[in-house]
Amino acid sequence: MDRFTWTSGLLEIKDTLVIQQRGIKFDAGTLLLSTHRLIWRDQKNHECCMAILLSQIVFIEEQAAGIGKSAKIVVHLHPAPPNKEPGPFQSSKNSYIKLSFKEHGQIEFYRRLSEEMTQRRWENMPVSQSLQTNRGPQPGRIRAVGIVGIERKLEEKRKETDKNISEAFEDLSKLMIKAKEMVELSKSIANKIKDKQGDITEDETIRFKSYLLSMGIANPVTRETYGSGTQYHMQLAKQLAGILQAPLEERGGIMSLTEVYCLVNRARGMELLSPEDLVNACKMLEALKLPLRLRVFDSGVMVIELQSHKEEEMVASALETVSEKGSLTSEEFAKLVGMSVLLAKERLLLAEKMGHLCRDDSVEGLRFYPNLFMTQS
Amino acid sequence: MAMSFEWPWQYRFPPFFTLQPNVDTRQKQLAAWCSLVLSFCRLHKQSSMTVMEAQESPLFNNVKLQRKLPVESIQIVLEELRKKGNLEWLDKSKSSFLIMWRRPEEWGKLIYQWVSRSGQNNSVFTLYELTNGEDTEDEGIESILQDFQGHL
Repeated sequence: MDRFTWTSGLLEIKDTLVIQQRGIKFDAGTLLLSTHRLIWRDQKNHECCMAILLSQIVFIEEQAAGIGKSAKIVVHLHPAPPNKEPGPFQSSKNSYIKLSFKEHGQIEFYRRLSEEMTQRRWENMPVSQSLQTNRGPQPGRIRAVGIVGIERKLEEKRKETDKNISEAFEDLSKLMIKAKEMVELSKSIANKIKDKQGDITEDETIRFKSYLLSMGIANPVTRETYGSGTQYHMQLAKQLAGILQAPLEERGGIMSLTEVYCLVNRARGMELLSPEDLVNACKMLEALKLPLRLRVFDSGVMVIELQSHKEEEMVASALETVSEKGSLTSEEFAKLVGMSVLLAKERLLLAEKMGHLCRDDSVEGLRFYPNLFMTQS
Repeated sequence: MAMSFEWPWQYRFPPFFTLQPNVDTRQKQLAAWCSLVLSFCRLHKQSSMTVMEAQESPLFNNVKLQRKLPVESIQIVLEELRKKGNLEWLDKSKSSFLIMWRRPEEWGKLIYQWVSRSGQNNSVFTLYELTNGEDTEDEGIESILQDFQGHL
């Protein structure tokens, strides 16, 4: 509300006037017009300040200046309302006041005042009851009422939201610092490779950089050094050995690496493993003398098997199964034995490699037979 | 000789028609194919063939089993035969070939042996005389010569 007082409908501030009421003159002051009130402040004594609600005004008229007389505006007022705040006079016989413009400006003031009267803006905007004893704006006190209050509340809320957002993005700014480091790293790696090979083309380097960034910086320089291993991978390997013991036994001692990946990450819930980390950890299983090991088949398929599991022995039983049935496809074999098709195929291929089985590849599919070429003359 | 051709057991074994990836297995397989080709050609008195014919011939195409040896594998079998001396390509594009179920040197050896046995060295015989002459009552040589004739 204070703001409204000083900003809207503001006129020349330096008007001086005299208020006459019951012959008592209030001399040399400043008259201010706002959308709600007419305010007079004593020039000498700034503490002395009076206001009249515009809604109290019935009617205004001009009085032209004459010789020795300054121009005046006569403001006719309603009778004072019973709940009027204390003012300079408790009661008055007259129902009007005269505003004398000693330093002119009366025309403009009259115009503005009549404008406000016609617009009656005070009716649209709710106003607090306590206004007369306005000692000027009181700094420091946040008024929770009125438009001011609402505005202030909104401001508070906005500041709060701002603060929350900045807090939330604090981590992001840290991440951005890290990202900058990573970009530097990828640049240095690209340069290293460039030096080694000498003629990497421009777009190869760019592709390489984007690849690195998208994969979260897989550093090819250290991939081959996994043998020496990092602490992290060692710890992880030990953890995996613990987690996978039971599931492996359930599945006949062997599991494909993709199954392991799913199982482990589902168990972890948070802080998931990347495929890279899993593979590196598994590569260390044998070196660390853990009860599991990583095995890579010729086809490239990677599995984890228990140390006690002997795939070669399984081959012998596979041969028996195939011989019983005459011939089998991987799917049929998988179904019979209760294995995944991928592992079943690997077992049959291993049997073929060892010379126990031979293959029949036709439009009907790939079938495996006992290797009669060797057993029969 | 209207001997009905006896197919070997491999002919009824589906993996026979798939080139085996296992090296040892493949060796056995190819050996079996080579002897099959030779005995087939011998019985049917076929001394030359084109590759096209070979593909559709019952030799490489077992209709009953619904298995066919693919043309790349046929090429491999023929190459094996060539290496052994039983096959000669009749043209540069390798579309037709000569099949010798007995290699020329084997023939030479056999005939020489017969000639020595019957004491006919240093005289000249015609082939007709060889195959139909009264002296050629030795059944061994007769059959050999008949085959040779067919081969020619």
